[in-house]
Amino acid sequence: MKRHFRVWRGDSSGGDLEDFDVEVNEGEVVLDVIHRLQATQTPDLACRWNCKAGKCGSCSMEINGMPRLGCMTRMSTFTADETVTITPLRTFPVIRDLVTDVSFNYEKARETPAFAPPAGVAPGEYRMQQVDVERSQEFRKCIECFLCQNTCHVVRDHEENKEAFAGPRFFIRAAELDMHPLDARTDRKQHAQQGQGLGFCNITKCCTEVCPEHIKITDNAIIPMKERVVDRRYDPLVRLGRKIFRRDQLEAAGESVPRATPATAETPSGRRLPESPALGPDGRLDIAELSAPIQGGPSPFGEDITFPLPPERVTYHHPDPS
Amino acid sequence: MTTTPTRHLYDVVVIGAGGAGLRAAIEARLAGKKTAIISKSLFGKAHTVMAEGGAAAAMGNANSRDNWMVHFRDTMRGGKFLNNFRMAELHAKEAPERIWELETYGALFDRTKDGKISQRNFGGHEYPRLAHVGDRTGLELIRTLQQKIVSLQQEDFAATGSYDARIRVFQETTITELMLDGDRVAGAFGYDRESGDLLLFEAPAVVLATGGVGRSYKVTSNSWEYTGDGHALALRAGATLINMEFLQFHPTGMVWPPSVKGILVTESVRGDGGVLRNSEGKRFMFEYVPDVFRKQYAETEEEADRWYTDPDDNRRPPELLPRDEVARAINSEVKAGRGSPAGGVFLDISTRLPAEQIIRRLPSMHHQFKELADVDITKEPMEVGPTCHYVMGGVEVDPDSGAAFGSVQGLFAAGEVSGGMHGSNRLGGNSLSDLLVFGKRAGEHAAAYLDALPSRPKVSRVDVAAATEVALAPLARADGENPYTLQQDLQAVMGDLVGIIRREGELSDALKRLHEIRLRVATVAVGGGRRYNPGWHLALDLRNMLVVSECTAKAALEREESRGGHTREDFPKMSPQWRRVNLVCSLDEGGQVHLERKPVPAMRPELFDLFERSELAKYLTDEELGEE
Amino acid sequence: MTTATRPGVRARAAITARTLRTDRWWLAPLITFLGLTAWVTYATVRVFMHKWFYVEAYHYLTPFYSPCLTDRCGDAAEFGTPLPNFWLIPEASLTLPFLLLFRLTCYYYRKAYYRAFWLSPPACAVPDRHEKYSGETRFPLVFQNAHRYAFYAAAIISVINTWDAIRAQATGLGLGNVILWVNVIMLWAYTLSCHSCRHIAGGRLKHFSKHPVRYRFWTFVSKLNTRHMLLAWVTLGTLALTDFYIMALSADWISDLRLIG
Ligand SMILES: Cc1cc2nc3c(=O)[nH]c(=O)nc-3n(C[C@H](O)[C@H](O)[C@H](O)COP(=O)(O)OP(=O)(O)OC[C@H]3O[C@@H](n4cnc5c(N)ncnc54)[C@H](O)[C@@H]3O)c2cc1C
Ligand code: SF4
Ligand code: SF4
Ligand code: FES
Ligand code: FES
Repeated sequence: MKRHFRVWRGDSSGGDLEDFDVEVNEGEVVLDVIHRLQATQTPDLACRWNCKAGKCGSCSMEINGMPRLGCMTRMSTFTADETVTITPLRTFPVIRDLVTDVSFNYEKARETPAFAPPAGVAPGEYRMQQVDVERSQEFRKCIECFLCQNTCHVVRDHEENKEAFAGPRFFIRAAELDMHPLDARTDRKQHAQQGQGLGFCNITKCCTEVCPEHIKITDNAIIPMKERVVDRRYDPLVRLGRKIFRRDQLEAAGESVPRATPATAETPSGRRLPESPALGPDGRLDIAELSAPIQGGPSPFGEDITFPLPPERVTYHHPDPS
Repeated sequence: MTTTPTRHLYDVVVIGAGGAGLRAAIEARLAGKKTAIISKSLFGKAHTVMAEGGAAAAMGNANSRDNWMVHFRDTMRGGKFLNNFRMAELHAKEAPERIWELETYGALFDRTKDGKISQRNFGGHEYPRLAHVGDRTGLELIRTLQQKIVSLQQEDFAATGSYDARIRVFQETTITELMLDGDRVAGAFGYDRESGDLLLFEAPAVVLATGGVGRSYKVTSNSWEYTGDGHALALRAGATLINMEFLQFHPTGMVWPPSVKGILVTESVRGDGGVLRNSEGKRFMFEYVPDVFRKQYAETEEEADRWYTDPDDNRRPPELLPRDEVARAINSEVKAGRGSPAGGVFLDISTRLPAEQIIRRLPSMHHQFKELADVDITKEPMEVGPTCHYVMGGVEVDPDSGAAFGSVQGLFAAGEVSGGMHGSNRLGGNSLSDLLVFGKRAGEHAAAYLDALPSRPKVSRVDVAAATEVALAPLARADGENPYTLQQDLQAVMGDLVGIIRREGELSDALKRLHEIRLRVATVAVGGGRRYNPGWHLALDLRNMLVVSECTAKAALEREESRGGHTREDFPKMSPQWRRVNLVCSLDEGGQVHLERKPVPAMRPELFDLFERSELAKYLTDEELGEE
Repeated sequence: MTTATRPGVRARAAITARTLRTDRWWLAPLITFLGLTAWVTYATVRVFMHKWFYVEAYHYLTPFYSPCLTDRCGDAAEFGTPLPNFWLIPEASLTLPFLLLFRLTCYYYRKAYYRAFWLSPPACAVPDRHEKYSGETRFPLVFQNAHRYAFYAAAIISVINTWDAIRAQATGLGLGNVILWVNVIMLWAYTLSCHSCRHIAGGRLKHFSKHPVRYRFWTFVSKLNTRHMLLAWVTLGTLALTDFYIMALSADWISDLRLIG
C-alpha cells in the first residue's frame, strides 16, 4: 500500500519538507520506509542508522514532531491515511537531510570527569554487590541516541544555554558515577551543579518521555542528583550529622588525594587560560623535540610539500566577481 | 569542492572503533604513540554495541573448576580443530585479565553473590563463562572503552591543553585505501562522510579493526558497516586472508516481521532455558546431536531440564550445541515442512521461566520483540531462523603480534577482521574477549614496530592521486548502475548460492555471476554531491564486498568437506585431511583473487595432551595421532 | 568528523512549523491548568470563609483548618488559640504556608505548573516561547531546592492530620470517619512517596548492601514514588472532598451517614 510521507531535505543553508508516496508493507518501521526511498527515489537521502534494532542509537529523528528512533517506530502506530512527517533533530546543527551534527554531546562527554578507580584495588579484586550496581546499571543502558538532549527545552529552545548545560544524558552519567560503589571521586555533586548546570533543569520530564531505553532519567538520576546537591549545600540536618561524625573531615581528606583525572570539574565548557608549551623538569623545552621526525606541529599540508607551490597546484579559486 | 586531501600525521592509525579498535588505540596511546581512531559511524556506535550475550573468560567465578585449559579445549572443539592453536591459547589465557581491566575503566558487570563478576552459560562452553550485563554486554564493553578513551583525552587535556593531543577520534570517516611505501605501510586514505572531504593519514603503522562482511547477505544480523572493508584493504595492500569459506549463521534470528528479518535473538535465551520446537511442538534438537558431541549432551528432556539447576551431574541440553549445528538443524526442520508460519521454528521461553525473571534476565529481548514484532515473549514463543552473523575468516596474522602476513609490513589486524582464532566456527562470547585480547596485542605490537622502524615511510603523491580518482569516480560518471540494485544483486547471489548449504554447481555459478557484477560495479554512478551521500558511500563499499565475496565463494568451492561454518551438500562429512589445510586468499597484480593451500600449524605437545585421544581421533588423521 | 566541533556556527534545520506534533499535546497541560486553578480557587475561598469547618457532634475537623488556632475554633482547638481573630488570618495559619510550600516545591507539581502555567515547555518538543531561560539556577527558583524542609514540615503536619482522624474516632463510626481516614492515608502515601523522602530514606547511600534496613525502606518508598503524580492528584481530590463533606455537615445541608453510634 502506498502511504504519504513528508521528509525534510536540505542542509545548513536551508531546506524544506518534500512530499513522497512510498510503498509500505506490513510490519515495517519508519527506517524501512527511508531505506525504500533511498533505493527507489532518492539515492542520496542522508540518514544515519546501524543496527535496526534500537541498540546503537544512530537513527534518531523527529517523526510527526516527536523525537524518536526511526527503527523503533512501527508504521502500524499511524492510521492508514495519516501523513507521516520526518524531520532531523532540531536542537543540533543540520548537516544534510536527516543527519545532524551531534558533536555537542561528545564535547559534553569530555567535560564529565571519568571514572576514578579506587586506589590499591587490583584488577580482578573488584567486589561489588548486585544491589549496589543496579542503579548505575540502569544508566549504563543508555545507547547515546541523544533524543533526550534533543528534546530538552533548556537547549532546544535556548541555544545560548548550550555552553553551561550538559543535558540529561550527562546528568545520568554523573549520577551513574556518583552511585558507582567503587568510584573514588567525591566531587561529582559539585561538578553536576557547577560544571554541568543541573540547576537549569526544571524537571519537566521530557527527557524521560522520549528515552527509547525507558531510563527514568528524571526520577532516578536528575532528582536524586538535585537532592544530593542539597545534602552538600543546603541541608543543616545532614551538615549537623556530618559535624558530629566528623565525616566532613574524612571527605575533605579524600578529596585532596591526587588523581590522574584532570581538574575539569570546575571549568565549564573547557574555558582555559592560555598557557605555554609543556616544560621539562629543568624548566626548558623538551630536548626530545629536536630528535622527533618533525619539529613543532606537523604541517597541515604534509611533509613532502615545499612552498611556494607552483601555480598549477594552487587550489584556491578567487570567487567570481559577479 | 577540493580534491586535495587534508593531511594528518599520526604514529598509529587504528581503523575501526569497535571493541578491537578501541582497545588497540588505548594500548598504542599508553605506549606513548600519537594515535588516530577512525570509524565509519559515530563514536560508540560500532557493531560491538549489538553484542548481547557476553564475553567469555575463564575466571571461574561461577564454577571454580573452570580454567584457561577448559576454555582452550572448548574453543578448539567449537572451531573443529581448525583454529590457530596459538591464538586460541593466548585468548583463553589472557581473557580474564582483559575483562578485569574493564572494571578498572568503570564497567559494571552483573555480580555473583560474593560480589564477583557473574558468568552465564552459552552454547559450546562447558562451564558458565560469559561475563555479562543483562543482554547488553557489547554496549557495556564499547561504552567502557569509549569512556576510557575520553579519560585518556582528559589526561592529555590536563597536560597539554588539547583533548586531541595524543589520541583523536575521526568519526564518520571511511578509509578507502592503504598507502604503501614499498612494502611498508605509509598511511591511509579516506573521506569524511559528513562533508565529503578527502583525508590522508600519514602513519607508519595501521591497525585494522573493521569487523566483518555480513552485508553481502540479505538475511543478516550485521549493519551497513559490515562490508568487508578491512579484508579488502588488507588484500589490496598485499596481505592475505584465511578461512574465508567459514561464515557463521546464527541459528536464531528474527524471521518476522519482514523488515527486521535477520535481527538477532541472543543465545542467552537458550542459555537461560529457552527451547526450540517445531510446528508439531516437538523439541527436535535431540535428534540432531552429532557423534562428536554425543558424550557432552543430554539424551532426554528430563536430563536436559535438570542441567539448568545441577550442571555438574547432568549433561547439557542439545539446544546449547555450537551454532553451526543448531543452524543446520533448524534449516532441516524447515525444509522438512515442520517450520513456523513465517519460515522459522519456535523458540519458547514463556513456558520455562516466570515472566518477571524473563524480563530481568533478557530485558532487551523482551523490549525488542515487544517493539518490533508486537510479541510478548513472556506469553508466547518467538519465531526464529538462521541469519548470517559472523565471519570466521579474515586477515592472516601472526598470533602473538597481530601483524598481517603477506608482503606488507606495518599492518596489524584484530577483532572480527582477523582470521584463524575461531577456526571453522566461533563459540558465542568468544568474540568479545577476542577483541580485547588481540586488540591489546595489536596496539602493543604496532607501537613496538614503530620503535624499531629506522625511518618513517613516505606516502607517494601518485598513490594519493590514484586513490582520489577511484574515490570520486562514481560521482563523476554521468549515468551507470544504481548502487542499491547492485547490492541487492550481490546479496542475492551470496544468499542463494553461497548460503548455509552449498553445492559445487551453485558455487561455480556464483563465481560467474560475481564476475559479471564486478564489471557492473566498475560502472556504478550516483547523483548528488559529496556531502553525506549514502549512495556514494555504498558505491565505494561495493567493490570491497565484491572482492571479499569472491574469496568466500572461491574458498567454498575449493574445500570439499563440511566443517563448522561451511557445509557442502556434496561432501557432507568432515575430513581429517582437510583439517590440515588452510585456504589462503590473496590478490595478484591484476587484482584477481588467488587461492592457495597452506598447512594448519600443528599444536604444541603439551596442548595436544589436554585432549583425550579418543576425541582427537574424531578430527585428526592417523598420521598426526601417530606422530605423538 | 572528529568528536570536536569544527569552527564556524552551523545552522539548525530550517523547519518552519513551530511544532510538527499531530497529537493533542495541548490537552494534558490544559487539564492540569484547569484542575489546579479550580482547586486553588476552591481552597482559597474555603480558607477565608472562617465557618463550617467543624462538626461538633462527631469531632470532624476539616484539614483546611487543622490545627485550628483562633478563638473561632471552639471545641476544635486542640492546641490552644494563640492567633488573633482577623479575617485575613486563616485558622491554620501555622501550617498552611508550609503545606503550600510543600506542594509548590514538590517535584511533581513543579513539572505540572512549569508546563501548564509557565509553558516552559507546554509539552515535549513544543517550543517554550520564553526569551531567556535560566531554570532553577537563580533567585527565586533556586529556592525550589528547599523542598526537603517543606517535606520535614509536611511530615509533622501529617501527624496532626492523623491526630484529627483519631480524635474523630471518639464518637462511633460514620461516613465522615471513613472519609477522614482515607484522606489521611492518602496524605501519608503522598508524603512518603516524596522524592526527598526517597533520598533521605536511602537514596543518598552509596552502598545499599551495607544498610539492609534502609535499603528495604528505600525500595518501599521507591515503589510508592513511581505513583507520586497519581497520589498528588488523588490527595487534591480527597482534601477537597473531605473539606466539602464536613462543610456540608456543618452547614446542615446533609447529615452524616452513621454506621455505628
Ligand atoms: C547482533 C550481534 C550479536 C553479537 N553477540 C555477541 C556476543 O554475545 N558475544 C560475542 O562475543 N560476540 C558477539 N557478536 C560478535 C561481535 O559483536 C563482533 O564480532 C565484534 O563486535 C566485532 O568487533 P570489532 O571490534 O572487530 O569490529 P566492530 O565493532 O564491528 O567495529 C568495526 C569498526 O570499523 C569501522 N570501519 C569499518 N570499515 C571501515 C572503513 N573502511 N574505514 C573506517 N572505519 C571502518 C566501523 O565503523 C566500526 O567502527 C555479536 C554480533 C552481532 C552482530
Ligand atoms: S527534565 Fe530537565 S533535563 Fe529532562 S528534559 Fe526536562 S529540563 Fe531537560
Ligand atoms: S538517556 Fe535515553 S534518550 Fe538519552 S541518550 Fe541515553 S538512551 Fe537516548
Ligand atoms: S538503527 Fe540502531 S537504534 Fe535505530
Ligand atoms: S512531595 Fe512531590 S516530590 Fe516531594
